[in-house]
Amino acid sequence: MDLIADNLPAYLSGFRLTLQLTLLAGALALVAGTVLAALRVSPLPTLRGAAVAWVELLRNTPLTLVFFFLVFVAPQFGILPPLGFWTAVIALSAYTSAFVCEAVRSGINGVPVGQAEAARAIGLTFGQTLGLVVLPQAVRTVVPPLINVLIALAKNTSVAAGFAVVELTAAGRRVALANPAEAIQALAGVAVFYLVITIPAGYLAGVLERKVAFAR
Amino acid sequence: MSSVLYDQPGPRARRRERIGSVAGALVLIVLLALAYRYAEQRGLFGADRWDVLYDPPKNQTAEDVWRSMVVVGLGATLRAAVVAAPLALVLGLLLAMWRTTRIGWLRAPATVVIELFRGLPVLLMMLFALLGFGWDAFAAVVFGLTVYNMAIIAEILRAGLASLPRGQSEAAAAIGLSRWQTMRLVLLPQAVRTMLPSLVAQLVVLLKDSSLGFIVGYPELLKAMQNNAQYFGNRYYVALFVLGAGTYLVVNLSLTRLAVWLQGRSTRTAGRAGADPALTAAAAATAGGGRGGAGSAV
Repeated sequence: MDLIADNLPAYLSGFRLTLQLTLLAGALALVAGTVLAALRVSPLPTLRGAAVAWVELLRNTPLTLVFFFLVFVAPQFGILPPLGFWTAVIALSAYTSAFVCEAVRSGINGVPVGQAEAARAIGLTFGQTLGLVVLPQAVRTVVPPLINVLIALAKNTSVAAGFAVVELTAAGRRVALANPAEAIQALAGVAVFYLVITIPAGYLAGVLERKVAFAR
Repeated sequence: MSSVLYDQPGPRARRRERIGSVAGALVLIVLLALAYRYAEQRGLFGADRWDVLYDPPKNQTAEDVWRSMVVVGLGATLRAAVVAAPLALVLGLLLAMWRTTRIGWLRAPATVVIELFRGLPVLLMMLFALLGFGWDAFAAVVFGLTVYNMAIIAEILRAGLASLPRGQSEAAAAIGLSRWQTMRLVLLPQAVRTMLPSLVAQLVVLLKDSSLGFIVGYPELLKAMQNNAQYFGNRYYVALFVLGAGTYLVVNLSLTRLAVWLQGRSTRTAGRAGADPALTAAAAATAGGGRGGAGSAV
């Protein structure tokens, strides 16, 4: 425990960076993913195709490869992403946007078609159908999987440790390398910080999911 | 139209859609053309950036380069996955059964193990093995992949078990099967079958996660890309990346296709067997939830 207490500042700054990465990349991915989902359910085939290509490409690519592309390959194109924090934000949000898109789309498609048909049958306009009938149901079912996507993002920020970002995992690795005899304690300290994020969030997703299941 | 948001379009809407499609396509084409022109101006399509794939410098043969990438690099990636996947499946199965025993205090440790490993990044677990236990890189990669995925697989199987109708275990008890026989002969075969698509999808995640070996010093596909680029010169990064990323995509897309195909197959057979389609849908929904953050991990 002394080891963790002694290196608390390093852990805390790493933890802060992990949180920043999660929140920033999460916000960007939510926006981009929702736009992608809108494209994927749009009636325009070309836009649908482009969104499908993006999602399938990124879902079948390791995140490490996305980082690798930004750090080593993009400079060959003459694109020099600022190394470190912002590269990580770009890679994480691009990668996560594909998963956000899938979650949102399955939520929209999960609303039975009859709901919209019934809404139109009683004379609601398109806006009313969307705002009063379809979206409220879609959002309820989408929130739990979206929380799970964000939990995965929080864990995925650790990949940035391999690409010159001293977030939580990288901070813990430094402490472990400096104190080889107590490496397990050093890494256990990191684990606690991750669990502080992931377990409550997972619990929240579970509670919301049960609520939705009950409402159906 | 698969979407709930739109009516079947009439003639005017169809015309609007056609115009929109063409406009969208034009925008995409213009963007792609601009990107192409930009890349060409930077000499990205010159032979001096690609000859590493067919006529590499430094007295090497193309065969050497391809072998170092596809055979050695991808081979190392697959080896880690092929060792870790069965381990994770078996341990996940045990964990799922442990997690569903009837005795409450016995269940608790299984819950703790699952929640713990589900909530930690795979990379951190690899570092535990590498720095904490002092294992070599390959063992560290396999350890990280195994403990993380066994927790996820346990959750997938638990969701599968939970989705089975109660009548299944009641009927098994009625014909005098023991608890263990019920699990082995009646419940698990059904749960595994319902969850097969999720399990295959999880194997894709496992394979993708093996690329974290790059960070802990395991010489897999990404490392092979980097080594080749460092040996032949940075300007070959693009060509080598295209080859490496293409390899990943081919392998992962095939596995994903397999999962989709299995899903279609299992829904069809379930339908033939006279199962309630709503139940199958419910099982699929639980699977999505049970998979937790896993489905979208690295």
